[in-house]
Amino acid sequence: MTTLVIAEHDNTSIKGATRAAITAALQVGGDIHVLLAGHQCSGAASTAAGIAGVAKVLVADAPAYAHPLAESLAALVVNLARDYSHVMTGATAVGKNFMPRVAAQLDVAQISDITAVEAPDTFVRTIYAGNALATVKALDAIKVVTVRGSAFEAAGDGGAAAIEPVPEGPAFPAARLVREELTKSERPELTAARVIVSGGRGLGSGENFHLLDKLADKLGGAVGASRAAVDAGYVPNDYQVGQTGKIVAPDLYIAVGISGAIQHLAGMKDSKLIVAINKDAEAPIFEVADYGLVADLFQAVPELTAAL
Amino acid sequence: MKALVAVKRVIDYNLKARVKSDGSDVDLAGVKMSMNPFDEIAVEEAVRLKEAGVVTEVVAVSIGVAACAETLRTAMALGADRAVLVETAAELEPLHVAKLLKAVADKEQPQLVFLGKQAIDDDAGQTGQMLAALLRWPQATFASKVSVNGGAVEVTREVDGGLETLALDLPAVVTVDLRLNSPRYVTLPSIMKAKKKVIDTLPAETLGVSLAPRTQVLKVSEPKARAGGIKVADVAALIDKLKNEAKVI
Repeated sequence: MTTLVIAEHDNTSIKGATRAAITAALQVGGDIHVLLAGHQCSGAASTAAGIAGVAKVLVADAPAYAHPLAESLAALVVNLARDYSHVMTGATAVGKNFMPRVAAQLDVAQISDITAVEAPDTFVRTIYAGNALATVKALDAIKVVTVRGSAFEAAGDGGAAAIEPVPEGPAFPAARLVREELTKSERPELTAARVIVSGGRGLGSGENFHLLDKLADKLGGAVGASRAAVDAGYVPNDYQVGQTGKIVAPDLYIAVGISGAIQHLAGMKDSKLIVAINKDAEAPIFEVADYGLVADLFQAVPELTAAL
Repeated sequence: MKALVAVKRVIDYNLKARVKSDGSDVDLAGVKMSMNPFDEIAVEEAVRLKEAGVVTEVVAVSIGVAACAETLRTAMALGADRAVLVETAAELEPLHVAKLLKAVADKEQPQLVFLGKQAIDDDAGQTGQMLAALLRWPQATFASKVSVNGGAVEVTREVDGGLETLALDLPAVVTVDLRLNSPRYVTLPSIMKAKKKVIDTLPAETLGVSLAPRTQVLKVSEPKARAGGIKVADVAALIDKLKNEAKVI
């Protein structure tokens, strides 16, 4: 039994979601091989080789993998996958994009966004926006699994795996990258942050989000948002926490001016401590908040920031 | 060109699913069902492309029990021209749905297939990608902007760090995100008009797809409930709790 974990990287470091997937793979048992597809990614390959528990790192270094296009990435993985009992990756935008393609090409089911490993073939995942947990047994020979990063610890360093090149997979010219528009931020990545300060419709404008920026900076945290705040154009879409945005589980989640719709709770209710600041005492967010403060955020947030 | 849109009948998004006491599944008896919100956006996008003169016909397809016909009527009230119901009482997994949709796509020969990026019940997020793989077509998932230019479609996608734009040669599969558009309201005249539109029913067994289960749900349970919290009087009390009780700052 050997697991192939497909790594997400930025050419030097390995993403936290991949480290979480490696932890899930360790719970499955057996050897772990990491596949790294990229261009000029030898730095990331050595980082991957240093992760504890990894037996081998397979590197596909070619211009075709400079950007993770689902078609070519899936074709590469399918070429290798038949030698493995499990194929796993993080349930990130990249993982969610290419992995179901791998499963279909292998003619096997995929188990999406697992939160626990019960047995090598049995996994727990949430359904209905996190309102139910399903324990699912995969009946196919190859288990194709994506892993919820917030549900597993990140695998640490201390390994010394062998690095082995693998040939490029088939090309897929029908899909091409035109451009990328990435959000620049000095703050920690939302899914990896220990503290998250999130704003909703109650903020009223994009300018007012600076109140949250200041609080997040004091706490060394990231800034998130509800769908309402994203739809209103206050912040970019990649700030969104929820069923359709990012799933987070920080040590401290401060929800400011967020009512707490089912879809938002799906993305943050596994946070260790939830604080809600809202002027509506009846807002559903107070049902999940450990500490609730019924107050006008425009007074409470600056006061909180100043007092820290 | 023809556009195919796949729509799913799911629990209404405003409702909270309840787990059955025997732990076998969630309880959907007597629960309001609606079109999956992402699929509504997919229909709207196809209809807008038709209104822009890019698409000539919009065909909605749904797979499942006979009641899925209601969901197809909604799609037609939103502007789809006709509908296909692949009828089956079998428990369907995304791979089954993708294979059945491939069979429909092989018959209908669309240039674009639109789907929601995920269904709000199983939250799997697999079907569009699986369909693209089976058809050997390019895919663009999590679309927030779609524009067709000749033989290609340009799609802006929502990714973890922001946005990226892909160009795909047609035919292609696109799964849509919430910010792609705001679906129109269904009006009474459009509902009346939709009643005259045609739903072709295909029994799933005529499509040559094995629906044998590939996964087995052993148990469905309630997530651990969070212990009820407390309300604090002011910011000073909040800071005191965070520092001295929870010790997170």
